[in-house]
Amino acid sequence: MALPNKPLGETKAVKDPAVEEREVDILIVGGGMAACGTAFEIKKWAPDAKVLLCDKAAMERSGAVAQGLSAINTYVGKNSPEDYVKMVRNDLMGLVREDLIFDLGCHVDDSVHLFEEWGLPIWKKSAEGKTLDGKKGLAVGSLKKGAEPVRTGKWQIMINGESYKRIVAEAAKLALGTENIIERCFIVELLLDANKPNQIAGAVGFSVRENKVYIIKCKTMMVACGGAVNIYMPRSVGEGKGRAWYPVWNAGSTYTMCMKVGAELSMMENRFTPARFKDGYGPVGAWFLLFKAKTLNGLGEDFASSDAAKAELQKYAPYGTAAVTPTCLRNHLMLTEMKAGRGPIMMDTVTALATLGKTMSKQELKHLESEAWEDFLDMTCGQANLWCAQDCEPEKKNSEVMPTEPYLLGSHSGCCGLWTSGPDYGWVPAAYKWGDGGKVYNRMTTVVGLFTSGDGVGCSGHKFSSGSHAEGRMAAKEMAKFVRDHADFKPAIKQSSTELVDLVYKPVRTYLDNCNYTTAVDINPNYIKPSGMALRLMKATHEYGAGTATYYQTSSKSLEIVMDLLATMRVDCEKLGAGDLHELMRAWEIYHRIWTVEAHLRHIQFRKETRYPGFYYQADYPGQDDKNWFCFVNSKYDPAKKEWSVFKKDYIKIIP
Amino acid sequence: MPSFVIAEKCDGCKGGDKTACMYICPNDLMVLDTTAMKAYNQEPDQCWECFSCVKICPTQAIEVRGYSDFVPLGSSIMPMMGTEDVMWTCKFRNGLIKRFKFPIRTTPEGQANGYLNLKGKDLNSGLLSTEEADGYVLPTPKI
Repeated sequence: MALPNKPLGETKAVKDPAVEEREVDILIVGGGMAACGTAFEIKKWAPDAKVLLCDKAAMERSGAVAQGLSAINTYVGKNSPEDYVKMVRNDLMGLVREDLIFDLGCHVDDSVHLFEEWGLPIWKKSAEGKTLDGKKGLAVGSLKKGAEPVRTGKWQIMINGESYKRIVAEAAKLALGTENIIERCFIVELLLDANKPNQIAGAVGFSVRENKVYIIKCKTMMVACGGAVNIYMPRSVGEGKGRAWYPVWNAGSTYTMCMKVGAELSMMENRFTPARFKDGYGPVGAWFLLFKAKTLNGLGEDFASSDAAKAELQKYAPYGTAAVTPTCLRNHLMLTEMKAGRGPIMMDTVTALATLGKTMSKQELKHLESEAWEDFLDMTCGQANLWCAQDCEPEKKNSEVMPTEPYLLGSHSGCCGLWTSGPDYGWVPAAYKWGDGGKVYNRMTTVVGLFTSGDGVGCSGHKFSSGSHAEGRMAAKEMAKFVRDHADFKPAIKQSSTELVDLVYKPVRTYLDNCNYTTAVDINPNYIKPSGMALRLMKATHEYGAGTATYYQTSSKSLEIVMDLLATMRVDCEKLGAGDLHELMRAWEIYHRIWTVEAHLRHIQFRKETRYPGFYYQADYPGQDDKNWFCFVNSKYDPAKKEWSVFKKDYIKIIP
Repeated sequence: MPSFVIAEKCDGCKGGDKTACMYICPNDLMVLDTTAMKAYNQEPDQCWECFSCVKICPTQAIEVRGYSDFVPLGSSIMPMMGTEDVMWTCKFRNGLIKRFKFPIRTTPEGQANGYLNLKGKDLNSGLLSTEEADGYVLPTPKI
């Protein structure tokens, strides 16, 4: 019998892959909402430019919206962009880039109007105040023409969003042309120009379908590959590792690839640990906002409305005492109950539905039940199955709510990401505007020609799906400008093709050179498989980096230990081994995750306060210290010196 | 809650160069065993239960079984995609069955307006292409 020294995947990796070299004007890395926005917009402004989009997956179902969504969380409508800034600022404890948020608030509705035109069903309110979904919603006209959406909060509107991503990707692909798209191409490293310092010149990646390395030169680039997931030990550690709240394939690639060429990061200490239905991670927003449900502690008390909760929130004024409690503080209240032994926290679905039922006809009640299930089936199918498996009908049985493991992102209720320029308007402070050759390029990172959007842009959360799409479009126009202004720029890559292939395929070579040394493929002293390294990262962050093991608490000493562990992991990543193309993808993903987590923890280490109680606690510096820390924290990795620096940046208030 | 392939129903997408499930899986989990000509989920603990493979499979050979970590046995949820709606059949562990139909789109597939003929005019303004065409006026903050 043959020894089991073969990779499991069906596409074996070979030592020497084919190499495809390309040169384009504009490279789009990613295929989610932001990248689809760029793909839609770019040809309108740069009709003659050569554009290429590389997506690790298939655009039809890639990114955070792959599964669909039951709501669009940012639609400004009759609100003002000023109010949008104020909402985001309060939710993120005062520290946000108001220029970026205001700018986004001016454009986000245009993307929502396009979604509706493309076929996304948006719920409307009839003249009698009844809900009209699907095609019925169109009977009262489009949002663009002024029809009333069904609001569940000030900013959210309800949709039938199972095919949301398919619809958005369809328009993106039509606008860009499928000949300008490579799917299943994972870009893993960015490349600086050989002649111009701090200027982007290209990227390198590989196909997960055939043994091929792509080396792509470009004049400008958009990197929008989402946030970072599976960086902390998930609450479910077996098959359930996949049931991440955010898309499990988001590997921090945006942050890592950009930081490795020297792009400045900002607010990487910020994280998101959403409170969701336990284990299934189904959304709770509609339950709170649409069905008006309350959460109860283990004693059956409405703890969030208690005097004790109000007193606790008072400590975090003005954020804690605002009309809408910030997301992190809502978690904080929940954690306070759990730590005091007054858990678990239950969503009182029974009372909520009974109360709503009092004023409804039987038919309306049936529709309400259907809406509750659609909320899950449109975006977290697994939660629906969990309810079925638990024989849980929400009108008869309450469900537990629990904060998840930490995630890093910049588009949801979090704000970590790249430090990017704001728009070139008079009201934007000079410190928030930069570019090249005397011109400002909105959403450009601190590396010339390198742009980002969506989860990539730091200090400006609450963009969600619609805002990410709009931001991708905004950046597209700036990239068109960049290409116009840099017509003479000829990108040149420092490294040779051989060096780049060696870099990308290193895990394959390590595997092939050593796999016959032992009789079992996964245990070999000469390499480590990505699955093992992934668990090593999760264990370290879980125990020392403010994971769920410690109720999100860390300390200066713990941070010191975890930084040591990460440094060793980075060295050991030189010995990652991959026997097939799927495993090569996993090898690069874990490498990206480790760098991203290092940035996250360096920032937490630097900020000597606890700005986001409920998301994480620095035990040596509890509470907020506005005197010293009412500022952004930025960091930069110097690719030439291979050194990190972490420093403060001024927060400038724009909106009163 | 990993997806699984029912051996009898999978025909390997009849020998095409890739199966529908391989094409769509956002996490590159579905692969084709080219000897058996059957697809399988190669990494069940990285399955996001997004149901993309279930929805796209032309022979309805793919279903999902709840994560062994925490989902009791005996339930199932199964979508049936139409051109305008999705039909869900949700089977409880106790046998209760609920069926739901939700709209998915209001236009025929493949006809989203890519605005292929729209050309932006003023590259220096802050307006997006469709905003410029609509005569949208950019707000400035009231400071």
